Amino acid sequence: MANDQRTYRSGFLRELNKNFPLFLMALPGVVLLIAFSYLPLFGLIIAFKDVHYDVGILKSPWVGLKNFEFLFKTPDAFIITRNTLLYNFAFIVFGNLAAIATAIALSEMRSRFMAKFYQSVMFLPYFLSWVVVAYMAFAFLSIDLGILNTMVLPKLGLQPIAWYFETKPWPVILILANLWKYTGYNAVIYLAAITGIDPEYYEAALIDGASKWQQIKHITIPLLSPLVVVLVLLGIGRIFYADFGLFYQLPMNSGALYDVTNVIDTYVYRTLMGMNDIGMASAASFYQSIMGFILVLTSNLIVRRLDPEKALF
Amino acid sequence: MHSKSRFLQISAVSEAILHIFFGIVTLACLIPLWSVISISLSNDNKIRQIGYRFWPVGFSTKSYDFVLSQGRAIWHAYGITIFVTIVGTVLCVLVVSMYAYILFRKDFKYRKFFTFFGFFTMLINAGLVPWYIVCVNILHLKNTIYALILPYVMNMWYVLIFRTYLSMSLPDSIIESAKIDGAGEFTTFFRIVVPLVKPGLATIALFSAITYWNDWWLPFMLIDTEKLYNLQYMMYRVQQKIQYLAEIAGKLGASGIVPTDLPTESARMAMAVLGMGPIVLAYPFFQRYFVKGLTIGAIKG
Repeated sequence: MANDQRTYRSGFLRELNKNFPLFLMALPGVVLLIAFSYLPLFGLIIAFKDVHYDVGILKSPWVGLKNFEFLFKTPDAFIITRNTLLYNFAFIVFGNLAAIATAIALSEMRSRFMAKFYQSVMFLPYFLSWVVVAYMAFAFLSIDLGILNTMVLPKLGLQPIAWYFETKPWPVILILANLWKYTGYNAVIYLAAITGIDPEYYEAALIDGASKWQQIKHITIPLLSPLVVVLVLLGIGRIFYADFGLFYQLPMNSGALYDVTNVIDTYVYRTLMGMNDIGMASAASFYQSIMGFILVLTSNLIVRRLDPEKALF
Repeated sequence: MHSKSRFLQISAVSEAILHIFFGIVTLACLIPLWSVISISLSNDNKIRQIGYRFWPVGFSTKSYDFVLSQGRAIWHAYGITIFVTIVGTVLCVLVVSMYAYILFRKDFKYRKFFTFFGFFTMLINAGLVPWYIVCVNILHLKNTIYALILPYVMNMWYVLIFRTYLSMSLPDSIIESAKIDGAGEFTTFFRIVVPLVKPGLATIALFSAITYWNDWWLPFMLIDTEKLYNLQYMMYRVQQKIQYLAEIAGKLGASGIVPTDLPTESARMAMAVLGMGPIVLAYPFFQRYFVKGLTIGAIKG
């Protein structure tokens, strides 16, 4: 036993000695991973403590599940969970449908030049930060000056809408904004897969007299389905995390809209920074991490069952 | 692109319908951009009377004169953004490519360990609160320029993309022959590997540069001294509170006098145009590389 350990250790030391430059190359990455990913993992214990800044986190008293009790007693816990899950669910469904439809349509267009042009334009929103997108949205939604209220709605004979105070339109606005920003990007991923399909399948179908529509239905879509499954499952693995910029910048942090725009990420931020309630914020943060971890493991397990090649691990 | 002529093509009618559909989508992507530019070039009094429009009303470049001449802080923020983007991108490419390289070396015994060590961080994320406390209390990043750079330097996702790129474009025999010629590991990496994988490095550099350029999250969390505001964060502050533009102009501007007739509405949008300008101009060039990088990523995620 002791002997085994020594050989193991000398094995490591020998390796370190032999490949020292390679270890050195890994070092900056390792240090940064420790600093920004591993150290915070230890911080997960904050959720079980009553933090007093004067004595430090380690010496602060344990409080068991108190922080969680407080969190789940608030109405917020339900709202933020519901919002995070439903929005992400909508993004997964509509996002993938839009990207697949776009990719198939672009790949079938006769004019290659125009297909490239459309692809380029649709990719553009991906390059803009949510701050810039919030400015653009404001140009349309501003209550007294916005294009919708001063131009579009009057022409349709409708009353102006107080966009930043009216909760009803926001689920639609947020879903549209998400589609607007990411469809071009996701379509490229599907387009890459379509370009990789062996042309012989289509030739064979053509000989059998399959129409274009039948080709798409019986060749393109079935061959895309493994990628769809993977992307959907990856989305499900991240369903407890929300795009902070989308939910914070776009509604301009308007308090009147929290009911439909507050997600776990924005809630954690507001509780930590605004209310300075570190106990509740860490409980919410912990809840998100653990649910996220379980879902990543589960979805990977499912991917591995379906197609071991595509599994992440 | 493979030849389409061998296949059944979609009908002219279908093609026309697709053109109409994508025409609308194209407009939906470009009109918001165009509107912001139009408003920035409008006369502020006109805007206040009739509201924002799709086209410039009472054409005027006063908003730009105002933002550029009064807002010295904006130039400063530009400087911060450029500095952070350059330094951050260089560091990111260096750290990511070296880490990916050791994972690529099949003769390196500990590559499995380092793969898992990085990969684990993609599986579980401690979340905002512990991350914030580590950044502030342990790493002391609050209100330092490092806060705007370090958190984004190491990215395991880029490592995986670059490792895939290496294994597709770099034969093992090149490393072996370099070894036989007696080159050290660093010499092999910088003199032989790096020149051969420049397109892969460019892809990572672009992903990283966009992240740094568009970042508002790090200053949002870790910076509250105006000297370290980057461009996106300053834009966020202006959007939140348009008077802020007047405040910084008054505080840091050359004249020290805040004009009463601030072109606030058009200046707000001028700020957005200045913020996205370089990215949108560089976009046609960037896009090709992004598509390539994504395609590589899609092969094995």
